[in-house]
Amino acid sequence: MKIEAQDVHVYYGQEHTLKGVSLSVKKNTVTALIGPSGCGKSTFLRCMNRMNDLIDNCKVSGNILIDGVDINSPSVNINELRKAVGMVFQKPNPFPKTIFENVAYGLRVNGVSNKEYINDKVEWSLKQAALWDEVKDKLKKSALALSGGQQQRLCIARALAVEPSILLMDEPASALDPISTSKIEELIYNLKASYTIMIVTHNMQQASRTSDKTAFFYMGELVEYDDTRTLFTNPKKERTQNYITGRFG
Amino acid sequence: MAKKLGKRMRQKQVRKNKWYEYQDKSYKYIALFATSIGVIILGILLYDVVLDGFGRIDLKFFLDSSSRKAKNAGIYAALGGTLWIMLLTTLIAFPIGIGAGIYLEEYNKKGRLSSILEINISNLAGIPSIIYGLLGLEIFSRTLMMGDTALTGALTLALLILPIIIVSTREALKTVPYNLREASFALGASKWQTIWHQILPASLPGIVTGAILAISRAIGETAPLIVIGAATYITSVPTWPNESFTVLPIQIFYWIGKPQHDFQVNAAAAIIVLLGITFLMNGVAVYLRYRWQKKVKW
Amino acid sequence: MKRSEKIIEAFLLACSLLTVLTTVGIIAVLLFETVRFFEVVPIWNFLTDTEWSPSFSKDQQHFGIMPLLAGTFLTTFIAMAVAVPLGITIAVYLSEYASNRVRNIVKPILEILASIPTIVYGYFALAFVTPYIQQAFPSLELNNFNALAPGIIMGIMILPLVSSLSEDALHAVPRMLREGSYGMGATKFQTAFRVVIPAALSGIAVSIILALSRAVGETMIVAIAAGNKPTLTFNPLNQVQTATTYIVQTVNGDVANDSIEYKTIYAVGMSLFIITLLLNNISFWLKKRYQQVYK
Repeated sequence: MKIEAQDVHVYYGQEHTLKGVSLSVKKNTVTALIGPSGCGKSTFLRCMNRMNDLIDNCKVSGNILIDGVDINSPSVNINELRKAVGMVFQKPNPFPKTIFENVAYGLRVNGVSNKEYINDKVEWSLKQAALWDEVKDKLKKSALALSGGQQQRLCIARALAVEPSILLMDEPASALDPISTSKIEELIYNLKASYTIMIVTHNMQQASRTSDKTAFFYMGELVEYDDTRTLFTNPKKERTQNYITGRFG
Repeated sequence: MAKKLGKRMRQKQVRKNKWYEYQDKSYKYIALFATSIGVIILGILLYDVVLDGFGRIDLKFFLDSSSRKAKNAGIYAALGGTLWIMLLTTLIAFPIGIGAGIYLEEYNKKGRLSSILEINISNLAGIPSIIYGLLGLEIFSRTLMMGDTALTGALTLALLILPIIIVSTREALKTVPYNLREASFALGASKWQTIWHQILPASLPGIVTGAILAISRAIGETAPLIVIGAATYITSVPTWPNESFTVLPIQIFYWIGKPQHDFQVNAAAAIIVLLGITFLMNGVAVYLRYRWQKKVKW
Repeated sequence: MKRSEKIIEAFLLACSLLTVLTTVGIIAVLLFETVRFFEVVPIWNFLTDTEWSPSFSKDQQHFGIMPLLAGTFLTTFIAMAVAVPLGITIAVYLSEYASNRVRNIVKPILEILASIPTIVYGYFALAFVTPYIQQAFPSLELNNFNALAPGIIMGIMILPLVSSLSEDALHAVPRMLREGSYGMGATKFQTAFRVVIPAALSGIAVSIILALSRAVGETMIVAIAAGNKPTLTFNPLNQVQTATTYIVQTVNGDVANDSIEYKTIYAVGMSLFIITLLLNNISFWLKKRYQQVYK
């Protein structure tokens, strides 16, 4: 198992946002996390690279093992963890720097200074993110000049540059138009060969199109977790059934 | 697949990463230290002033006025003058400042005039206080022949703090939600009725907080009053605004300039009184703001 | 009814127009006396003469503003050297490192620093800082009046301005930019200095320029602790006279209404006014540009 979450609880101050979630993910698969707003799916995703540590009054309990190592144990270096677990955010958030520097950023902050290596890696990452052909002539231009869809693929390239083994995506296409969205979905499909991907989405078609497994969250609990096809065609729980048929949420 | 880092480059990367973490941790402590410098200096300043002057404060210090002998000198006239200035400046600056704030926020929010006024007010706020002194000296003191009176001082300081009051009034008015205005208009109230009965009461604590802070600033001002020629050696509290006056900061300035040590002690003692007034006013303003924020939740 | 509404509106308009009148008044007063000053002293002399001695007898009078500007520049430079690194470090600490609790304690204390009357700072510079430096570093041979001590204390005075405006600018940087950086394993330091500060740069520049303008116009600290000798020097251990100090010194002595000395204070005031006006407007311009970026 690549990822094993065991009885994960999250509290924001008094609020109990995640109530004992356990879930295992295999290597090189895509797992979709679905559920209505505020159900805890994003919170769970943010536990994987300890992004919740940045929030003042947030407490996480339970075990999360990645490659068999508990990521919350004191011996784990949080910066190393975040390097190994890349993240793509809901809205494209390129830095106000050039396209090249955006992708090179992760390498630079992780102590890589070899120029040739950085050049190679930037090109490779942009190719992986299917963006190279569109930007190869304007690497020195500001990343903010790109379109929304291009910016999001740039953010994916940025995450890939530091060679993570896991890629977390928090509603990566929610701010994008349909064409950009389908490009991102295609990309997810292609990236599966080399990465373990976990994606939060509001869009059930997207979940069924892109993922191998789907987890349905409701009110901070993991209601159902199964093969995507099974969950969408033959859900075992009534709440799942209601949600995927659009009766609520 | 891109090529992998060589072994030596790997080692270099590991070393660099260690350095980055060390850098992050040490910066945290350096920054904490830098932050505490402000606090430490404030502490030393207060300690130094209290050490120098606290022993000098007694009832007599409040009842004596200027004197050639340090031991017989006190702050009676200066404190009285400061209270006069406080009163007059308040009377002049509050209505004008609040009025201008209301006009800009409620009557002319997006005109060309208001954008000119806005730039102008920002500029006024940035002019050194001593320049206001030059204005007061030439216009009030000489041209209008008011001389070095308390009224000249108050008018000068009122102009100085006007931008502060206007800006804080506008900020306070901005916090009143638009639907309160709509509700009042819907009942047939006129614009001024709406402002007077609804908007002003709702934003009053915010306006008053800003105004108190502005007055507290005026009380500590020295340079413009020196320029308009406020007296340094005066033995009585003015009975009316058309008389000469002195204020605490000028009394302090005068004492600091004297070579004898005893006058330095007087200066420190008067500083304690001045700081006491400043902190008291700021405390009241902060308290009002705190209560207001707690009570009003739109 | 209608009429009283109109009267009230007219009164409120008059209140706001008074601010324009103030500006016009300041410019008119400065211009009027400055023009009369330049009728006696050629503007070229004023700008290039390296001596300033208006109180001397006629044949020894010099009217070069440079020594006063040098004094102003020196004390301002020292103040900025204290306030900018310290202020930005505090801002970064409060916005990127500190917990809410620490922030809630530190910010009001810094506000207290901003509320202290400048004359108190002047006393502190003269009665504590200068003697302290003299004792701790006797080899410096620090003059009793000098640019160093008031410069440092002026830096402390403008510190809250730099730190709070810079913190606002850092705070305005969208959270998701930080998360993007942390998400790639960057440390807080790297995130602050490579992403957040570059994104907030114009806001930080605004805070620095406003602080600069405050330091240039500051009067009492230097009037008390920097001395009264106009010298074209950049040695912080000596006494200097700033533009503001000169005005205070001159009005404090009795000068005749029509004398050239009386006019000098307006010419010096005009110089001060132009410098601060320029600085303020640069900051407005920067602020406008910066607001456009974050929308």
